[in-house]
Amino acid sequence: MYDILIIGAGVSGTAIARELARYEASICVVERCEDVCCGTSKANSAIVHAGFDARTGSLMARLNVEGSRMIPQLARELDFPYRNNGSLVLCMSEEDLPALHSLYERGRNNGVTGLRLLSREEILALEPNVREDVTAGMEAATGGIVCPFGMNVAFAENAAENGVEFRFGAAVTGFQRTADGWRVLTDNGPLEARIVVNAAGVYAGELHNMVSERKLRVIPRRGEYYLLDHAAGGFVGHTIFQLPGQNGKGVLVTPTVHGNLLVGPNACGVDTLESVNTTAAGLEEVRQKAENIVRNLPLGQVITSFAGLRAHEEGHEFIIGEAEDAPGFIDCAGIESPGLSSAPAIGKMVAEMVRDKLLLSQRKGFKATRKGILNPAALSFEERQKLVARDSAYGHVVCRCEGITEGEILDAIRRPLGARSLDGVKRRVRAGMGRCQGGFCTPRVMEILASELGIPMEEVTKCGGRSRMLAGVNKDGYAEGDGHGAV
Amino acid sequence: MERCDLVITGGGPAGLAAAVSAWEAGVRDIVVLERDQELGGILNQCIHSGFGLHTFQEELTGPEYAGRYVEKVRRLGIPCLLDTMVLELSPEKVVTAMSRERGLFQIQAGAVILAMGCRERARGALRIPGFRPAGIYSAGTAQRLVNMEGFLPGREVVVLGSGDIGLIMARRMTLEGAKVHVVAELLPYSGGLKRNIVQCLDDFGIPLKLSHTVIDIQGRERVEGVTLAEVDANLRPIPGTEEHYRCDTLLLSCGLIPENELSRAAGVALHPTTAGPLVDESLETNLPGVFACGNVLHVHDLVDFVSEEAAAAGRSAARFLSGGGARGHRTIPLRAGKGVRYTVPAAVDPVRMDEEIVVRFRVAGVYQDVSVVASCGGEPLVRKKRMIVSPGEMEEVRLKRADLLAQPDAEEITVALEMKA
Amino acid sequence: MRESRELICIGCPMGCQLRVQLEDGAVTSVEGNTCKRGDTYARREVVNPTRILTTTLPVRGGCRPTVAVKTAGEVPKTLLLDCVRAVRSLTVIAPVRAGEVVCEDLCGTGIALIAVRDVEEKK
Repeated sequence: MYDILIIGAGVSGTAIARELARYEASICVVERCEDVCCGTSKANSAIVHAGFDARTGSLMARLNVEGSRMIPQLARELDFPYRNNGSLVLCMSEEDLPALHSLYERGRNNGVTGLRLLSREEILALEPNVREDVTAGMEAATGGIVCPFGMNVAFAENAAENGVEFRFGAAVTGFQRTADGWRVLTDNGPLEARIVVNAAGVYAGELHNMVSERKLRVIPRRGEYYLLDHAAGGFVGHTIFQLPGQNGKGVLVTPTVHGNLLVGPNACGVDTLESVNTTAAGLEEVRQKAENIVRNLPLGQVITSFAGLRAHEEGHEFIIGEAEDAPGFIDCAGIESPGLSSAPAIGKMVAEMVRDKLLLSQRKGFKATRKGILNPAALSFEERQKLVARDSAYGHVVCRCEGITEGEILDAIRRPLGARSLDGVKRRVRAGMGRCQGGFCTPRVMEILASELGIPMEEVTKCGGRSRMLAGVNKDGYAEGDGHGAV
Repeated sequence: MERCDLVITGGGPAGLAAAVSAWEAGVRDIVVLERDQELGGILNQCIHSGFGLHTFQEELTGPEYAGRYVEKVRRLGIPCLLDTMVLELSPEKVVTAMSRERGLFQIQAGAVILAMGCRERARGALRIPGFRPAGIYSAGTAQRLVNMEGFLPGREVVVLGSGDIGLIMARRMTLEGAKVHVVAELLPYSGGLKRNIVQCLDDFGIPLKLSHTVIDIQGRERVEGVTLAEVDANLRPIPGTEEHYRCDTLLLSCGLIPENELSRAAGVALHPTTAGPLVDESLETNLPGVFACGNVLHVHDLVDFVSEEAAAAGRSAARFLSGGGARGHRTIPLRAGKGVRYTVPAAVDPVRMDEEIVVRFRVAGVYQDVSVVASCGGEPLVRKKRMIVSPGEMEEVRLKRADLLAQPDAEEITVALEMKA
Repeated sequence: MRESRELICIGCPMGCQLRVQLEDGAVTSVEGNTCKRGDTYARREVVNPTRILTTTLPVRGGCRPTVAVKTAGEVPKTLLLDCVRAVRSLTVIAPVRAGEVVCEDLCGTGIALIAVRDVEEKK
C-alpha cells in the first residue's frame, strides 16, 4: 500500500512525483508504456510559452506563467536543455491588429513580463525569413525552448533518486474503493494507495470517468509536425507564432534546443487515443500554414515528421483537483498546451494539495539536483581528451549524424530508469535522431542494448511491447516442407 | 600536433583506391581514417556478385572487391586507423578525429581526400505519412543486418524504391526465408539495372509496380501493413487506386545522399544537384589541397568507377603535395545542358589538366538514340552516340587537353544530349 | 515440339523484349534483340538459366557472427532455394579465409560454396 499512486510517467506525472518526493511518503508512479515520456510529453512543440495566450484568470494562465518562470532554474538544477530564445507573434493583416493589441494586454494582465510590440521593420530585422507582408508583431522575451524528453526524464530520475518507485508496463484498467483509499487495477496486477493522482494524459478523462459521475470529456486532438535537419536550425532564432485571426490558428516555426527546426502543429480531431499517425493532408496543412508566416522554408531538409495528441478538455482548461464525488482521487486532466511549460507549477500545485490532504511532513535529505547524461560535444578539446582517456567508450562514435558516443548510450541505459529500447536511447541521447534517422547506428545501438540488458538481439524493441526490431535469424523459416524451394 | 602529408577520410572503396594511387604517385606519408572496425566500407555488406567487371575483368562479390584493395593497402604498408571517427576538418586542413584507442587527436594534413561515401534517404525525408512503428528499414540497414549479422528484420516485406539496393535486398530477404510481396517504384521507370530486375524480382515472382508509392503505414508497435497507390504524371497519388498489403516490414530504397556534413562545416562549396563538393578536373574542391572522390562526391552506379575516380584524386593529391599543379590562371566552367543533370567535374583548368579527363554525369530521363555532345562556344568538341541513356546509369564523356588549349577564349563547356528530331 | 518464350534482355538499360522460338527444347531463333549480346543471352537463358548464389553462414568462434559465401560457379536457377535449404544447418568454424571451400558439392550441383571474406577467431 502506497501513500500516493501517480498514474502516468509523462511530464505532469513525473513533475508531481518529483515535488512529492520532498515529503515523507511512499510514492509510486505507474505507467502503461515501457518508459517515461511515451505519450503527449514526447510529441509536442517543445516550447516554454511565456503565458500571454491563456484566458486571464484561468488556471491555465496562472500555471503557465508560474511554470515558465520556474523552468530556467530547474534546467540548471536538474541539468536538462533549455534555451531562452524568445518568441514572436506575427500579425499578418491590418484587420488583425486589434487582436494583437488585445493579446498584448492579455499577456500583461496574466503577469507576463518582457512583452514588446514590434513594427514590421523591427520584425524583419530580427527574423529575415519572416514573410515580408507581415504587418506587426509582439515579442515575448521570456519565451523559450526546452528538450521535452530531457525535462521529463530529469523529473523522473530525480524523483527516483529521492525514493519514488516506478512501475512500467502496467496500464490501469479500473478502480475499487477501499477503507483507506483506492485499489487500482492494472493489466499487471493491482496496486493500493491512499491517494491516486490521475496524470494519464489523453487517458485522464477515461480514468476519471471510471470513478466519478461528474464526467469529463478529454478529446484527443492530433497535431502533426515536421522536424528539419541542423542545417536548417538557424532558419529562425525566435519561436515564431502566427496571431490567431481570420485564417484560424496558425502553426509555429521554431528552433529546437538541439539546433533543429520544428514546424507545426495543425489541429485535427481523431477517433482514438492511439491515432498518432501522420497524414498527407495534415502535413500539407502544416506546410501551407508555415508558409503563411515564413518564406523559403527549407522543406528539403525535413528529416522526419511525427504526430502527437493533445489531451483537450472541452472547456479548454486544466482540470486539477480532487474529484468531487471521489475523495482521494486527484485529477490532473486536460493538460494540453501550455502543459509542458506549466508542468513544474502543476507539480508544485498537486504536491501541495496532496501534502495538505495527507498532512505530510518535509523529508530530510531531499536531493534537489540531478546530473544529466554527459554531453562530450559540449566539452573543450582538452576536457574531452581527458574524458576519452579515462573512459574509452567516449571515444567511440556510434551515431555519426548527432555525434553520439558509446559512453553516452551506456549511460542512458545504465542510469536509474534507464533506456530499455531504441526510442528510449534516442530520447535520452539522440542516437538515431539525426538526418539518417538511425540508418547507420540502429544495428549498433541494438547490439549495445542487447548486451547491456542481457537479452538476445531478437528481443530488442523500438519502444517496448510488440515493437521488436527483428523477426528472427537467416533461414529460420526454412522448415521441411514449408513450400520454400520452388522458384 | 601530428602532421601527415595526406589524410584520407574514409576507408571504403574510394579511400582505399585513393591511398593506393597516391602511394604509387610517390606519397609516402599517408593515413586512412575509417570509422568502422574494418576497411572496405559498404562493400562489406554487399555480398552479391557483380562488382569488378571493369576493374578486374571478373565478377566479384562486394567483400572480394574490397579485399583486393585492402590487400594492396596492406602490402604497401599504408597506415589505416580503424574505429576512428573524423569529427572536424578545418579549412587549414587540421583533421580532428577520435577513437577508443587513440582518444581525441588532431592531425595537420598537407592534403586531404574526402571519401566518406553516402547515406540513404530516410522515411522522414520521403514524407511518407502513417505510424512510426518498428519494421521500417532503409534497404542498406536491412542489408547490414541480414548480410553481416545474420538477422532477418522481417518475414512479410514490401519494398519501396527500385534502386539496385532495394532490388538486391528483395532477393536476399527471399533467399533467407522472407516473403517479399511487391516492389513499388514512384517513377515510371526503375533506377535499377535490368539485370537486377530480372534476377532479383522476376526470378522469384516478385511484382514490380512502377508509378506507385506508399501512402500510409499501419501498425503502432510493429508494421502491420502498408497502403500503396498509383501516382499520376506529377507523382501525386491517384484516389481510388489504393491497395492494401499486410506486411511486417517496409524496406526503403529511395536514393542516396553524399555525406558532406564534414565538408560543409569546413567550408567546402557543394553542388546543388549532387549534394557533393564542387570540384575541378583534379577533383580539388574550393579549398586548395582538399580533394573528393567516390560517393561523397556524387553517387555512382558501379564501384569500378569509384575506384577509377579515387585513383585520379590520389594522383592529384600527390601532385599537389609535390608542389606541382598549382591552379592555372583560368578555369572553364562545365555546364549541364539539355537532358544532363550535372557534371563532375564542374570546371576544368586546361593548363594543369591531364592529356585527357573523364567527365561523368547523369541524365534527366530515359532517352533512346541520342548523342552526348560536349561543346564550347557552340562548337562540338566531342560527340558520341548512345542507343539508350537512363538516370540509373552514370554516363561519361572524355575531354582532351589539346582541344581545350585550342580554345583560348572558351567561357564555358556544355555537356548536353542531342535528341533525334 | 514447338514453343515460344518471351524474356527481357539484361545486357543494358534498353531491356529489349526478346522472343525465342524453340523446337524440342533447342533454340531455333531469337528476335527483338538490338545487339549480339541479346542473342547470346536469350539462347543461354531459355535452355539453362543459371545464377551465382550468395548467402551467409553462421561462424562459430569468430570475431564476426556470420560469413558471406558464394557459389564457385553458377547453379541452376530452379535450385536456388533448394541450395539455401541445403546449407541452412551449416556452421563454419573460425578462422575462415576468403576462398575457403565450406561445402564441396552444393545440393548435388557439383558446385562448391566458398567464403568471400576472412573471419578471424575471436580473441
